[in-house]
Amino acid sequence: MAVKAITPDYKGEVLDKVENFGGNQVVYVGWDHHLMFCAPFAFPLPPEMPFEALRTQVMPETFSLHPEFAEIDWDQVSWKLDGEDFVPQADVALKDQGIGHKSVLRFNTPDLKGYQGAGV
Amino acid sequence: MSKVYIALQDNDESRYIVEAIEEDNPEVTVIHMPAMIRIENEGRLTVNRETVEEKMGRDWDVQELHVNLITLGGNVEEDDDSLSLHWNE
Amino acid sequence: MAAKKLNIKDKYRLLTRDLDWEYSYADRKEAFPYEDFEGIKITDWSKWEDPFRLTMDTYWKYQAEKEKKLYAIFDAFAQNNAHMNVSDPRYVNAIKIFLTGVSPLEYQAYQGFAHTGRQFGGVGARVACQMQSLDELRHVQTQIHAMSHFNKFFDGFQEYSHMHDRVWYLSVPKSFFNDARTAGPFEFMIAIGFSFEYVLTNLLFVPFMSGAAHNGDMATVTFGFSAQSDEARHMTLGLEVIKFLLEQHEDNVEIVQKWIDKWFWRGSRLLTIVAMMMDYMLPNKVMSWKEAWEVYFEEAGGALFKDLARYGIRMPKYSEIIEKEKEHISHQAWWTFYTHGHAAGFHTWIPTDEELDWLSEKYPETFDKYYRPRWELAKEMEAKGERFYTKGLPQLCTTCQIPMLFTEMDDPTQTSYRDTTYNGERYHFCSDGCKDIFEDEPEKFVQSWLPVHQIFQGNCGGPDVGDILSDFYHMNVGTDNMDMKGSPDELRWKQWKGVA
Repeated sequence: MAVKAITPDYKGEVLDKVENFGGNQVVYVGWDHHLMFCAPFAFPLPPEMPFEALRTQVMPETFSLHPEFAEIDWDQVSWKLDGEDFVPQADVALKDQGIGHKSVLRFNTPDLKGYQGAGV
Repeated sequence: MSKVYIALQDNDESRYIVEAIEEDNPEVTVIHMPAMIRIENEGRLTVNRETVEEKMGRDWDVQELHVNLITLGGNVEEDDDSLSLHWNE
Repeated sequence: MAAKKLNIKDKYRLLTRDLDWEYSYADRKEAFPYEDFEGIKITDWSKWEDPFRLTMDTYWKYQAEKEKKLYAIFDAFAQNNAHMNVSDPRYVNAIKIFLTGVSPLEYQAYQGFAHTGRQFGGVGARVACQMQSLDELRHVQTQIHAMSHFNKFFDGFQEYSHMHDRVWYLSVPKSFFNDARTAGPFEFMIAIGFSFEYVLTNLLFVPFMSGAAHNGDMATVTFGFSAQSDEARHMTLGLEVIKFLLEQHEDNVEIVQKWIDKWFWRGSRLLTIVAMMMDYMLPNKVMSWKEAWEVYFEEAGGALFKDLARYGIRMPKYSEIIEKEKEHISHQAWWTFYTHGHAAGFHTWIPTDEELDWLSEKYPETFDKYYRPRWELAKEMEAKGERFYTKGLPQLCTTCQIPMLFTEMDDPTQTSYRDTTYNGERYHFCSDGCKDIFEDEPEKFVQSWLPVHQIFQGNCGGPDVGDILSDFYHMNVGTDNMDMKGSPDELRWKQWKGVA
């Protein structure tokens, strides 16, 4: 049973369906082992946005405060999309490479260990 | 056996109640913290009306305990003469 | 001749059980329509035992006495300008969280117990719930009275009720109680009456209140302990409910265990904010969160569950994770608020060097390794005139609604990510505990009002964060929020103390 309710066949309203976001979809981005930012960020993005725009325009707005962000060698970065290994295609739209509504993108920079090497 | 506990506001009335508890339950541990007194004991702890009345020098209703009580842990048994806390295991 | 005094047991019988009546012309099932749908089986309500046997007349008598004592202290506090006696003006920010985050929960508890009491077929349980409902109303009223004095002298108290309904971090306590209140009456009792009251409120109302006393806040410790004197009765009610349900029918055991698993997890998540208040917001220290957790959760809760084992009840699921998290959550939470200090309705700050050392001493396994470096970074940025405020908005857990700030306990620098798919939609969680709760009742939690998503949907005004804070949340931007350093609160304090 999907809920214990006094009303038979009770259905809840899905508050976060993509239609409610005015043409955007929500994408979460987190930097593994870097907790200067307490949590992954949530971004409302057009599904047609190319990945390159996410990486070079959207992500720096929040992540660039980190002292190591400028040092990232993006060719060495490994990515995960919704828990699976992922190789992003720079010029392809988010939606056309499987980055959908409420997808989680994680990036890992094994050479950068965070502030004081402490995962910060 | 686990510890039962009771915590009382640190005030004039509680001091007599604590004295009574210590007299009737010689094994208890009394811990003073800011504004409160915590009393704990293995397995069981009893507050007896008669002993509290003796300490206070006046009649005392077991349910008056509610006025100064902060918290407790354990199964509660209450009647006209006492309140006790215990764990079964 | 003096009237014969009834003993407690007879009085309880006459003034509680004898107030019930049989239904001659109405269907009992229609009178108590919520009693069956949760699957709980009650065979005999008369087996209900109220250990305190408090009757309404005695209730009024002792509650009146408590109120007289309490208001005498409030008067003395106000007349003597005792807000000047708090240890440090930073302390008052914990009380702002209390008023916006906790006091409205007392009001929700009042509503919840009134509703639940009405739905129980047994008169003993009904009377006990009625008393608890009145207690909770008393708590919200006394808390508002106590804090109205602070409102005259400090910022951030003025819109507590409005804020509770809207502000991002306050959706955490609000949704917790909404979840309990929209459950059936028996789940509500296990959620609030048992899990919350028996174990978890102790952590807020006992060690934190003792801390308030230690920081010179006589008003708060007094309302706290006065409220807690009612809680002792609530705790016995919670314990009575669970024993009663388990003794009524063996089929109840599995249902009750599931609720215990859910509500201890939800409660431990909710208490993250209390952990932070204890470790970071009490300038004079009483005990660390970890120490309080060990006394009131592990020791007291452990004894309780050992006692319940004979019914087939075990410790709440994920207790082993909860045990590890006591080393981490207060630090993770204060860092979250510090870095979102522009969007909080209270002030935040970097702990002093002495406070950092105290944290190292209290958390030898974790603080220097994982958390002190964050404060070193914050100090470095502040020294450069770039006080760190994070940009953007965080991902939230669908169940507890807390930003995804929790980490893997076997890898504490890695965010803990969990997710599931329901009807083609992805949902995200901070933990297995929160994920399990969603998966058990997805039709409930697809309705989570997640503040970040609501902002993106345009339901909170904006789009600028500043406009959302002022117009939707009713914060006084630049006054209520930002760092303690340089705040109007700090400035006034220095003027009062003649150190400006």
